[in-house]
Amino acid sequence: AGGVYWVDSQQKRYVPVKGDHVIGIVTAKAGDVFKLDVGGSEQASLSYLAFEGATKRNRPNVQVGDLIYGQFLVANKDMEPEMVCIDSSGRSTGMGIIGQDGFLFKVSLGLIRKLLAPKCEIIQELSQLYPFELVLGMNGRIWVKAKTVQQTLIIVNILEACEYMTAEQRKQALAKLSGN
Amino acid sequence: MAGDVKTKLSKNLLRMKFMQRGLDSQTKKQLEEEEKKIISEEHWYLDLPDLKEKESFIIEERSFMPCEDLLYGRMSFKGFNPEIEKLMIQMNSKCKEKEIEVDEKMEADVSDEEMARRYETLVGTIGKKFMRKRDQRVLQDEDEDGSSSIRPSKKAKKKFLKPQD
Repeated sequence: AGGVYWVDSQQKRYVPVKGDHVIGIVTAKAGDVFKLDVGGSEQASLSYLAFEGATKRNRPNVQVGDLIYGQFLVANKDMEPEMVCIDSSGRSTGMGIIGQDGFLFKVSLGLIRKLLAPKCEIIQELSQLYPFELVLGMNGRIWVKAKTVQQTLIIVNILEACEYMTAEQRKQALAKLSGN
Repeated sequence: MAGDVKTKLSKNLLRMKFMQRGLDSQTKKQLEEEEKKIISEEHWYLDLPDLKEKESFIIEERSFMPCEDLLYGRMSFKGFNPEIEKLMIQMNSKCKEKEIEVDEKMEADVSDEEMARRYETLVGTIGKKFMRKRDQRVLQDEDEDGSSSIRPSKKAKKKFLKPQD
């Protein structure tokens, strides 16, 4: 990209931005709209029609407490943020309700950006350990699911510690684990 | 009161609708233009030179996504969730187009040779369905000729047998 300048800073508090993919927690169901907590100053709204294949008769099965991966349609300081689980062509491309089980935890926004970088060593090293599934929200929330609870917790601990560990320490920790 | 002198009607009266109906289009246009002139002259305007708007070549972008070329947030490893793994390839190939070529080759489950073989036999089996009964018998004969040669006597056409007295 030519001439793009940005300021990289450490932040813990998320500010909704249009187009960002985030993990939200359903806090309320108000008629046709769900209220999601995305970690910002306000709750985001999500219409039940904003899912793939949803119609007035065919409603998505969303309960309070469910995790949703979606993107912001509207996000500015004057209006309540709105989310959708569908892209501009109507496909879900992996967005929607995140399945059962798994573990949700919070990290700083800088770490998320590090993890989402094209060739992230942390992710590459972790992917060698065991099969698992990972969802990263730009609001600092990460959801992990592995085959056993123990494996899930190991991955969670490594990701949380990556905030402070150096690359060497991380490689040591992973070597110990794969040795087990 | 045969009028040589037409009573002078006031301007306001002439502006009323029922008076305008009789007028022809040209006079109507003239009247309208005069009206507009009067109105626009009443409007106030600033007699200043035009200020040039400073063109800003700076576009503000609030999201981090285009800055650092971030990947898609949903990931799966070692086959935990095959749909998401497919999705990962799809989404991340929008940045790098190498994957698209690989995908095209990976589509074929059955090799080209096998397809050709299957088609050969397929044409035969479906063709049989639409054959007439005579042709079917001929086909059968051909098949059986190959296997055994005991049949020729039965295959001669049955002639009309005269009843013996």
